[in-house]
Amino acid sequence: MNPLAVLGGALFGAGVCISGMVRPSKVLGFLDFGGAWDPSLLVVMATALAVTILAWRVVARLRTPRFGTAFPPPPPLLVDARLVAGAAIFGIGWGLSGYCPGPAVVALVAGVPATFVFVGAMLAGMILIERGDRGNRPDA
Amino acid sequence: MLRAVHDFTPVHAAVGGSLIALGLAVMLIGTGRIAGLSGIVAGMISPYTGGDRTWRFGFIAGALAVGAAFELASPATYDAAAPHGYALVAGSGLLVGVGTRLANGCTSGHGLCGVARLSKRSLVATLTFFCIAVAVATLVGRLA
Repeated sequence: MNPLAVLGGALFGAGVCISGMVRPSKVLGFLDFGGAWDPSLLVVMATALAVTILAWRVVARLRTPRFGTAFPPPPPLLVDARLVAGAAIFGIGWGLSGYCPGPAVVALVAGVPATFVFVGAMLAGMILIERGDRGNRPDA
Repeated sequence: MLRAVHDFTPVHAAVGGSLIALGLAVMLIGTGRIAGLSGIVAGMISPYTGGDRTWRFGFIAGALAVGAAFELASPATYDAAAPHGYALVAGSGLLVGVGTRLANGCTSGHGLCGVARLSKRSLVATLTFFCIAVAVATLVGRLA
């Protein structure tokens, strides 16, 4: 097993646990502007973005990744209906429950049945689109 | 109208946000991969995933191991119950699965990796899913 991937996952897992993003109630505390509002998610995104911007600056100084073949090509410019519709559908699902894909998978360890229902349905939705695409998909 | 700020945990949010991004940065700088979580998970189960899958399982195994450690040390890390009934949670999961595959990314892939390098696609996707999630959550909050 790839030790670097395990480390990356461990850091991500610690981050979603410490920040509270594994709790849909906390995520909804941000997304629901009508209730008692919790801006924590905004701070999570802002600090995470700052670190990710630094990561891209490191990438710009390197020729190739130490444990890989190449860095990602520049992002495609095409903004199409599929992208916007997909993001909108994801937004509806996220707003309904407060579960994001990564934190939801991590939250499985708590053994709450609803988390299994969410992740099971999410996997079904993913497979549905993957099968429809038959391996041909626009890259992001 | 916004009511009083509630349950705001800025230090935990900043520490956690930094760690989330460090996890993505390890993958990006070390392996050259944009490790969006919906992409990692879909690539584990899709019959059309090309190349090596072991890193995907490694990443998720690392995340689950740390998540389990938090569950043992501090069960309050997690919600004890779902925010809604099973039907709504299942519908939400289906939409998240379909939407993230159509858009080819979620909060980590588009929202962090893409936005951080000013990808036009990621900026459009992130603005779209954030605005719609706020609208839906606020509406559901009103009705509940």
